[in-house]
Amino acid sequence: MAIKGKAKMRGDVVQVKVLMKHIMETGLRVDATTGEKIPAYHITEATCFWNGEEVFRTNLGPAVSKNPYLSFKIKGPQVGDTLNFTSIDSKGETDSGDFIVK
Amino acid sequence: MCLRIFSVIFICCFLSCAVWADPASDQTAFKNYFYKKFPEIPVGDFINGVYAIDQTRRQQWLEIEEFPPYDIAIDEGEILFNETVFSDGSSYSDCFVDGKRSKKNYPYFDVNRNTVVTLELAINDCRVSHGEQPLKYKTGDIAKISAYLALHSRGEIIEVEVSGEAAINAYEQGKKYYYSKRGQLNFACVDCHVASSGMRIRAEILSPSLGHVSNFPVYRFKWGSIGTLHRRFSGCNSQVRAKPLAGQSEQYKNLEYFLSYMSNGLKFNGPSTRR
Repeated sequence: MAIKGKAKMRGDVVQVKVLMKHIMETGLRVDATTGEKIPAYHITEATCFWNGEEVFRTNLGPAVSKNPYLSFKIKGPQVGDTLNFTSIDSKGETDSGDFIVK
Repeated sequence: MCLRIFSVIFICCFLSCAVWADPASDQTAFKNYFYKKFPEIPVGDFINGVYAIDQTRRQQWLEIEEFPPYDIAIDEGEILFNETVFSDGSSYSDCFVDGKRSKKNYPYFDVNRNTVVTLELAINDCRVSHGEQPLKYKTGDIAKISAYLALHSRGEIIEVEVSGEAAINAYEQGKKYYYSKRGQLNFACVDCHVASSGMRIRAEILSPSLGHVSNFPVYRFKWGSIGTLHRRFSGCNSQVRAKPLAGQSEQYKNLEYFLSYMSNGLKFNGPSTRR
């Protein structure tokens, strides 16, 4: 399940919008049938690379909604450049997506 | 004497016309009401509901629509529609002649079954006829498939036909539902979405009914997920403290039929996002 995103040039700044598909379990919900807590399972870190160089990084936790949406601005990348966005969750599973700056 | 009989016949004719207005003149009156009430809204913009009225909300919505939260649902719907193989080896494409461009054909009145057939009903009919379990009607997979199909009917004109006695009867039932007061708060659909449309209800603005059906299924921020038109209908019922009906119940189907007919000539623009 690739991460979806869009990167758009606005003046000299690139506006990046990212949608990550993830259940984002808080660890506080209780399974109604068994009565047991559903274990926490969420994205812990998301990073954006431009030409292999890290340009954006954020930590995410259980307070972030299901299918998190992020938007941020970066300076530097030009139209036609590729941005690589990766995420890692609490089970160590990674996901990534590439978007071309338009 | 002759003149008197003639005038009685004339009055009878006149009365019957007044009571049983035909769907076409209902539609004209319905549309003209909104055109007069919102003269500044271009006719084709009614499909955007509240965002045709309020500029600030429109800007926020356009920003969201640039990269909408229903994108995931469309992708999942595409996989469900194209890659689901039923136990007898057939697939959804065997049921829908226009394949992914099917949304524009619904709702319609099926004379043989004597009922209104909506897109969601057709999806489940397809499943059942090929030996599968039906899906839940208001949310989940059916809304995702519906979103995928709606996307590929964007820009198509809503052209619902109401002809024949049985179809007019279904239309009249839908119309009756629309205009009937219900719930502890004693509201009819018409109270909010015709008479009070454009006015505020606490922090929200009431959307005009014209164009209501065009954008479904929608991702609602209140739901945090995508849902069908009938899910929204049940929300409306609950808000006036009436008991919501089941998805694809006769009343909801007839209501969808009535509302779709009222929006004839506008374009499909689903799926969309709503607050």
